[in-house]
Parts: sequence; structure tokens; C-alpha cells
Amino acid sequence: MSNRGTSVRGTGFARKRAVLTAGFSVAALLLTGCVQSEREENTGAEGESAVDSTFVFAASSDPKSLDPAFASDGESFRVSRQIFEGLVGVEPGTADPAPLLAESWETAEDGLSTVFQLKEGVTFHDGTPFDAEAVCFNFDRWYNWTGIQQAETTSYYYGSLFRGFADSPENAVYESCEANGDNEVTINLAKPFAGFIAALSLPAFAMQSPTALEEFAADEIGGTAEAPSLSEYALGHPVGTGPFKFDSWDVGQQLEISIYDDYWGDKGQITNTIFRIIDDPQARRQALEAGDIDGYDLVAPADTQSLKDAGYNITPRDPFTILYLGMNQAIPELADPQVREAIAHAIDKEALVAQTLPEGTEVATQFIPEVVDGYNEDVTTYEYDPERAKELLAEAGYPDGFEVTFNYPTNVSRPYMPTPEQVFTNLQAQLSEVGITVKPAPAAWSPDYLNQVQGTPDHGLHLLGWTGDYNDTDNFIGVFFGQEKLEFGFDNPELFAALDEARGVSDREQQTELYKDINEQIAEYNPAIPLAHPAPSLAFAPRVTSYPASPVNDEVFTDIELSE
Amino acid sequence: MLRVIGKRIALLIPTLFGLSILLFLWVRSLPGGPATALLGEKATPEAIARVNELYGFDRPLLTQYLTYVGRLLQGDFGVSINTGRPVLEEFATRFPATLELTVVALVFAIGVGVPLGYFAARYYGRFLDHSSVVLSLIGITVPVFFLAFILKYIFAIQWGILPPDGRQDARIDATHYTQFYVLDGILTGEYDAAWDAFLHLILPGLALGTIPLAIIVRITRASVLEVQNADYVRTARAKGLMERTIRGSFILRNAMLPVVTTIGLQLGLLISGAVLTETVFAFNGIGRFLRDAIFGLDYPVLQGFIIFIAILYALINLIVDLSYSVIDPRVRVQ
Amino acid sequence: MSTILPPAAGGSAAPNDPAIDTGRGTGLWKDAFLRLRRNPQAIVGAVIIGLFLLVAILAPLLAPYGGDELPGRTSITPTTIPGPGEIDGFPLGLDRFGGDVLSKLIWGAQASLLIGVVSTALGLAGGMLLGVLAGGLGGWVDNVIMRFVDILLSVPNLLLAVSIAAVLGQSSYAIMIAIGVSQIPIFARLLRSSMLSQRGADYILAAQTLGLSRRTITMSHLLPNSMGPVIVQATLTLATAVIDAAALSFLGLGGGLPQAAEWGRMLTYAQAELAVAPQLAFLPGACIAITALGFTLLGESLREALDPKTRRK
Repeated sequence: MSNRGTSVRGTGFARKRAVLTAGFSVAALLLTGCVQSEREENTGAEGESAVDSTFVFAASSDPKSLDPAFASDGESFRVSRQIFEGLVGVEPGTADPAPLLAESWETAEDGLSTVFQLKEGVTFHDGTPFDAEAVCFNFDRWYNWTGIQQAETTSYYYGSLFRGFADSPENAVYESCEANGDNEVTINLAKPFAGFIAALSLPAFAMQSPTALEEFAADEIGGTAEAPSLSEYALGHPVGTGPFKFDSWDVGQQLEISIYDDYWGDKGQITNTIFRIIDDPQARRQALEAGDIDGYDLVAPADTQSLKDAGYNITPRDPFTILYLGMNQAIPELADPQVREAIAHAIDKEALVAQTLPEGTEVATQFIPEVVDGYNEDVTTYEYDPERAKELLAEAGYPDGFEVTFNYPTNVSRPYMPTPEQVFTNLQAQLSEVGITVKPAPAAWSPDYLNQVQGTPDHGLHLLGWTGDYNDTDNFIGVFFGQEKLEFGFDNPELFAALDEARGVSDREQQTELYKDINEQIAEYNPAIPLAHPAPSLAFAPRVTSYPASPVNDEVFTDIELSE
Repeated sequence: MLRVIGKRIALLIPTLFGLSILLFLWVRSLPGGPATALLGEKATPEAIARVNELYGFDRPLLTQYLTYVGRLLQGDFGVSINTGRPVLEEFATRFPATLELTVVALVFAIGVGVPLGYFAARYYGRFLDHSSVVLSLIGITVPVFFLAFILKYIFAIQWGILPPDGRQDARIDATHYTQFYVLDGILTGEYDAAWDAFLHLILPGLALGTIPLAIIVRITRASVLEVQNADYVRTARAKGLMERTIRGSFILRNAMLPVVTTIGLQLGLLISGAVLTETVFAFNGIGRFLRDAIFGLDYPVLQGFIIFIAILYALINLIVDLSYSVIDPRVRVQ
Repeated sequence: MSTILPPAAGGSAAPNDPAIDTGRGTGLWKDAFLRLRRNPQAIVGAVIIGLFLLVAILAPLLAPYGGDELPGRTSITPTTIPGPGEIDGFPLGLDRFGGDVLSKLIWGAQASLLIGVVSTALGLAGGMLLGVLAGGLGGWVDNVIMRFVDILLSVPNLLLAVSIAAVLGQSSYAIMIAIGVSQIPIFARLLRSSMLSQRGADYILAAQTLGLSRRTITMSHLLPNSMGPVIVQATLTLATAVIDAAALSFLGLGGGLPQAAEWGRMLTYAQAELAVAPQLAFLPGACIAITALGFTLLGESLREALDPKTRRK
């Protein structure tokens, strides 16, 4: 680190404390005289540039693993996006794929083989050259996982997108990897996979150093049978080609990374980044106000205005989320299409968004955000019309309404649902106006709530949603309605078949048309009500003048601009 | 003495054994399961079934318990489901934090509580007595997490003189050997780091310290009341000893015995309180980790941590009992 | 937080002191009452509790709105919550959900009373059952029960409550049951040690010489004379129940409607808006503290009044 000793900087409290600290140090040194500090002297770096090149960001939890291939949570990915790069990146500010370690690629007519031209002169942090062999090493590593390495809790993304491993080749999408010289590589697929290129932009498929993977036994996650332990690699030796290299991880406290001197791209202003672990949302805000951190993610909707007024920078992300009201058709009333239509007419989405969701939130008409392929402008919508809702209820045989369980999670904040309790109370009041009495069924988010809603048929109306990983329609509606699920309790073979067909089409335009039709099909069937696309925002100290907010969280800190 | 210690430790074994069974049954009766907790929105019934199979949660309870106890006897507490690290290691890195915090809380509680209780007894029934009792009680009747929030709001946000969270400033570069940050700073000569770590302890320590404060005030007061009317104190007065000698050597010393017992018994309260204060101050100790484990259904951590806490609790009580003979030579440990 | 009385320490109650004089003409309880009336702490406590009870019972008459109602739902947005006096008809302002803060505080008294009484009754009943069995029967029953109680006591009290609440899931009764059950070992231990200290007393010996059955002696003589410390503890538990309920709520346990008029719940939800609308946290926080203070003052005074050591003054 560059700032040793008493170089505690920041606003407010930190400055005052620095004075105290300095005073104490001097006194202590006078007393003890000759105690040697083990730390090196100030390494410079600061005097030269005008800005404090250390950036402190509050994370809501530790990363689950430093090996992105074995991670699927946002905090792991936030860190690995700094350390690693994939063949494919993301066009800034969008969810669309863009060249990164692969400068270009060409997919064969049948969609089964893709040739990637790799960037030259790139090295991993440990000096290993990045070449075609390294790419194949990574692909073969994923494909050859066995046992607990295949569990959804460890390798969720590979398992769910590439669908099979070497020991079950009949399901596998991946087939083989061929290195054609140093800088060209061909990936052969066994089945067409339209989202292949977009999927490669996920941090889970980032390129990792073959040398380090082997040296630190990245695949040894055996541990005991009850819980896989992390590998030595995932605990402290992640090696990628990204702008930052891993320094240290004080679990539960903070994780530090610093700039990789031989990085091929633009290094930006920041030399050191510290991820500070602060799990309580209010505590993150207070840490920002106290000058302890430079920024944090998922600002509570209530805080955005007051932080803005106090001079902090609020950066919203373009919404790439969906919040919906699920209707479980295992409940007899909800299985009646007229009742579901009535509920759709009973809900005033505009009021819900205005009263409970953060600024920048868009009202939803379907289950994908506007920027995703297959968004249907002309989809069937259900206008807010309580009178019509009452009529429909009467026609369905419930002139006096009915009572239904409403499941919602508590004490949780998701990017698509910052305050579930408020969304619930708001909807509860709206539904009661058309005579639907709601029986509240709150549950702790994880695992109670998710288990109730996804693992049992024992729920009625419920709130859930999704944050997209990359620009892929199947990543939204395929997840929700691709198969018979306890969550919705319906069997619609026509819809399932349509989604299955669309997934296998390799021509993008043709696929987009299919998805448009599917979106209409879903809207007519009305298995759930799309409520909103909430926009999550980040908050930063005034010195952070620009932050590369990305709808899919593809935010690399070299693009941050600091003013002091 | 050694025999007494041996006997006490032997008595601990059946308690711990019973506790391990209760804990085992308890974690498995929690609604949901670790597979759902790990998978989040991505939990499909198939994924849950597969994870349960791989982790061994689908085996019969008795088999699971026997495996667990078998490993326990070899000193293997398992691996945390949420972090993938050994439970023992998780405890070892976080316990020093909680201990540091507890020490600060206790020093505060004793430093304020004993004098307050002493003077309350000395001026029994008068204004000072009533106000000191009420004052100490207000500390305990304000929910500790709320008090923590108020302290943080005033000292860290409004006045900005103390840090709002964590154990050390993120920008300080400190070397850690023992995980006791203050101690580490002193050992390595990084006094600024030690001082910074100490500043981080003040607010959570203060909040946590109010819990034992009321009890220490009350016990000290009751104990001093009892002692100052004892025959030997009257005898000393009758002999014309100086009031200062009487108060110092007779009353205070003799009144300390129940106070020491009480302080020993505070550990349980402090651990409970630590769950709340560490959460508010994002303080990386066992309390906060335990809370996360409850919500993440981290079976091995819940089982392991609560057993560690029970062992600690028992050991502290033993030390308290042994310390009687130091304070009061008449007491022989039996 | 959990218990104000350390388990079985009894502090000034000194369970081993056989000097508790039960046969005096004035009577222990009557005497205690007289002493309470002279103690300013007890009077303050009683006044607070009186007010609290009054508000709790008369809540339907006092509160302008129902506890779960959201009369101001349309007046709130994510970034604005009308504070006290900012909007007509809501003297203390609105909360995050659009509820009337004044009404919720009033109804909250009723909820707190319910939580306190139910959980204390539960702890008392369970603890007395175990305590009487252990203290009355002695022998192996005593051993088994006290081992069990030891195991439960080896887990910090609030953690025990959290554990129970976590198992029960988010039903509205989870918090009451959790707090009640977590008090059982404390009551059991207290009652047993109190009964043991009475065992050697003269009146028990006399009853035994008269040839009364063990059951009669236990139920008619031993138990009533051992209740002092238990009653004190019950008073204190009423206070801790209200505080613990808030703590459990803060940790995300307990159920019912999010907008439920319950002080702990209100305080918990207000944390998120502490910087924007601090009154939402301070008002219920103050209600909890004052109520708990009332019960604690009364409990502590009662303990002192029943304590033979301070009685001789």
C-alpha cells in the first residue's frame, strides 16, 4: 500500500482522527524510543499525483470465493471483475457483448463452432502468457469437473448454461477447444447455443492463469462431505489478466487489490482498492458520511434524496431488473384466468412505483427490460381499473371477493426489490379496495421465503424478481416460465415448448421474433404480474466524479474518475 | 486445587454432550435448508435435491449425528457452509475481536458501576442512591441496538470524532499476528494502528458495557450495604480506626466477592449483546458471524460456535470460583 | 440484555439465608407493601406502569386510527415521509408505510403488554413446573432436570430466544413463545434453589414431624414460601420481554404485518430512515425504554422490600 503510517485521509472524522493518531504516535515513540516498525517507509506515489489513489468501496459481504468459476454471487463478481477478464466483455453502459481478451470472433453457419482471435501481448499477473492454450485450459477445466464441483452451489453458471460435464456428454453444450497457434482458438459446441457469446461476458467464464490454477489446486474443493471447503486458490491466489491484482483478504473486514503494473490496457487513476465489508445498509451510509468509504452499492430509496442534498453523488444504474407479483395456480381461486385478470386490473403500478420504489424505476409491462432482445412494444396490458376488477371477480363467482395468502420476504433488500415490506403493504391496500382480503405470510428471505415460494406448493400471491446477468431473453423468461414450477403451479406445454424452441435457434433475428411472440403469449396467459423494473443506485463521496455504472454490474474501477 | 479443576472439567463433558445433541436437532429443525440458503433465487427443486445429496443432508439424522460426533472427537468442527473455511479457523480469527470488545465493555461497566454502586450504598436512601440506580437502569432499559445507533449517530456522524464501524480504518496498513488489533499494533510498534483499533472499540464497547453496568451497580450496592453493617466493621469503628482504612480495607475488599461472581456471570449477557452491537457497528466478531450463520443456516458454524461459547462460559465460571480464594482466603474451593 | 437478574445469583436475596422471617405478625407481603410505599423508586415505577396499563387498555378509545391501518398511504413517497405536524390529522406524522405514528404508539402499548404478559406467564409456568419437580422430588429427577437446565443456561439467553424464534418461523406468536421459553431455565433454577433453602426451615421440619405427605408439604408449605424471588424475577421479566422482543425484531425474527403497531417492529423499520426521519426511531425507542424502566424499578424495589438484609434498617 502507498499510504503508510499516519496517512489516514478522508473527510470529517478521518481528518480529526488523523490528528489524534499522529499525536499518539509521537508520544508513543518518545516513550519507547527505539521500537522498530516492520513496515517499509512510505513508497511514494502520493506526492506526485494530486488525488488519493486509494479507493475504498463498501461491499455488503465477503466474496464467497475468489475463484469466479466457483461463484455466482454479486460480491464475488464485483471483486473478480477487477482481477479477471473474459474473452468477451460488455459494451460500457449496456448489457451487450463487446470484445475484450478476444479481439474478434466468427461463428460458423451452424452455430456450432466459433473462432476467437486473441489479444496479443497479454500476461497473467504471475507472468504466464495469455494464449490459446490458456483459453483451452480454462474451457477444459470447467468441462471436466466432477462430483461436488458440479453442484449448483459451486459452479452454478457453467452448470446451468453449458448444461453438462465430461461425465455426461449427452447433455453437454460444450464439446472441445482447439488452439490454432498462439492467438487463435476454436471452441466447438455440441448443440447450438444462441447466447454463447453473451454468456462468455459473465465473470464466471473469465480467463484464469493455468499455472496458478494448478499450483494452488483450484479444483480441490473437497473438504468434508457436509460442506466443500474453498481451495487454496480461491482463498488467496486468484490470478487473472485484469487491471488489478489480489493483495490480501482479511475475512469479514476487508479485501485489498492493487494495480497490475504490466496491465495491457489503461490503468486509470486508482492504484489501490479496498473492499470494506459492511453488511448493514444503514451502516454503509454512515460510513460514507463519516468519510470512511468512498462509495457503496444498493442505496436505500429513502436515502437517495438526502444524500444528494448533502453533496454526495448518486449514480443510478439503468434498470436491468424485473419485480413481479406471482400467482400460484395451485390455489383454486388463482387458477381461474378471470381472477388473475381481475388482480391485474386491481393493481395501480404507477402508484406502487411512485410510493415505494426508487427514482428511475420503470413500470413493467412484461418480464424483460426494454433493452433485452424480444421486448414487445405491443404486448397486451391490463390497465388499472378497479371497477373492471370487481366485475371480473363477480363473473368468476366471487362477488364479495375472497381471501388469499400473500407471501413476502422480510429484512432483505434485493436490487429489484429494495423494500419488500412496503411493496407488500401497498399491494395489500390496493387489493383490499376490490375486495380481495390478503392473509399476510412474511418469512425471512433466505432460506424460509425462497424455500416456501420455490420449493413448496404452499403459497399464494408472492413477490419475487430477477436481476439479469447479461443480454439474454432466456435468462429472464426462460428462468421463470421454461418449465413446470412449484412457484407458479401451472403446466402450459405450449409455452414450455415455445421457450425451448427459441432457446435452440442460432439466428438472432429469428430468435428475437420468437421471443416477441412468447412475451405476448405470457401476457395473455397472465401467470404473474410484471410490476416494475427498479433501478438500483450507488452512492459516492464528492471526490468520485465519475463511475462506470453498468446495468449488468460490469464495472471496472480503472474507469473511475477522482477529483482529489 | 488441580483435582477440583479436573472434576469441574469432567462435569462439563456430559453438559457439552447433551448440548451437542440439542444443537444438532435444533439446526435441523430450522425451516428451509442450507441448500436453499446457498442457492437463493436460483433454487429449483432439482438443484436443492442435488446439493443436499452432495452435502450429505439427505442421509438419516442418526448417521449425520454420528459422523458429526466422530469428527468432533477428532477435533474437527467441520467447514462453514457459507464461507468454505474451517469452523475452528472462523472462530479463531473472530474471537479476539469479540474478546477485545468485551474487555472494553467490562472495563467501562466496572469502572463506572463499582463506584456508582459504592456511593449509592454509602448514601443509602438519599438522592444520590436513587439517581445512581435509575441512571444505571436507564442504560439497560434502552434496547442495546438502539443505544448503539444513537451513540453512532451522535459521535460518528454528527460530531465525527469516533469511527462508525469496523475494527480498523480501511486505509491504515497494519500487520496482524494475534488478531487482537490493539495488541498487534503495540507488538509491531505500529502505534497509530493500535490507537486506531482502540478508537474503533470505544463506541461498541460503550453500548455493550451498559448491559452489565446496571447489574454491577446493583450488586455492588447490595454487597456494600451488607458489609458496612457487619459486626467487624462496627468493631473496627468502635476501635477508632480511621474511616478511610475502614472503607478501603474492610468494606470495599469484603464487598467485592459477590461483585466478582457477577462479573463472571456477565459473559453470557455480553455474548448476546455482542450479536446486536457487532451487527450495528459492522464489527467483525463472533456475534455478527453467529447472526449470519442463523440466517444462512450454516449448520457447522451454529453447532461449533455455540459449543465454543458454552465451553468458554464454563471455563470463566471456573476461573471466577478459583479467584474467590485469592480475594477471600477463607474460601477454599471445594 | 436478557435477564436483569443473573441466574440463581439472587444477589441480595441470598437464597441460602434461612433468616427469611415468615411467621411475623405483620406478614412478609404486607410489610413489603408498606416499605414499597415509602420508596420513591417504587412509586415512579408504579406510576409508569399505571399509565402504560391505562393506555394499553384504552387504546381503542384513544387512538385516532386502527393499529394496522394505513390512512396516509398516498401521502408518502420513497424519499419523503411527513414528520410531526407537517400534515393535518397526523400530529406525530406518518411512518414509512403510511401509518399514523400516534395511533401506532398507542396500539403498541397493547402489543407490548400482550408480549410481556404472555411470555412471562409462559416462562413462569414452565419454570415452576420444572422447579417444583426438581426441588420437590429431589433425587434423580432433580439431577436430570437440573442437567437439562444447565445445558440451556450454558447458551446465552438471547441466543436461546433467537434459536427458538428461528425454529418457529415468522408467526406472530413466535416472539412471545421464544422469549417465554428462554426464561424457563432461569425460573426453574431460581425456584429450586429457593425451595432448597427452605427445606431445612423449622416449619418444614414441623410439618414433617406431623407426618404430612411430601406432596402436601411441597405444595402447601414449601412452594408458597419460596415464591418471593420468583415473583421479583417475573416483574423484571416483564421489562426484559419488551426489550428482547425489540431485539428479536431487529434481528429479523417474528411475524405479522410489517406495519403492525408494535414498538420493537416500529423501531426496527425506522433504522433504515434514521437519517431522514429520526423521530420514527426515537419515539418507539423511548416508549420501550420508559415501560421497561417502570417494570424494572418496581421489580428492584420489590426485591429490596422482600430482602431481610435491607429490612433491618
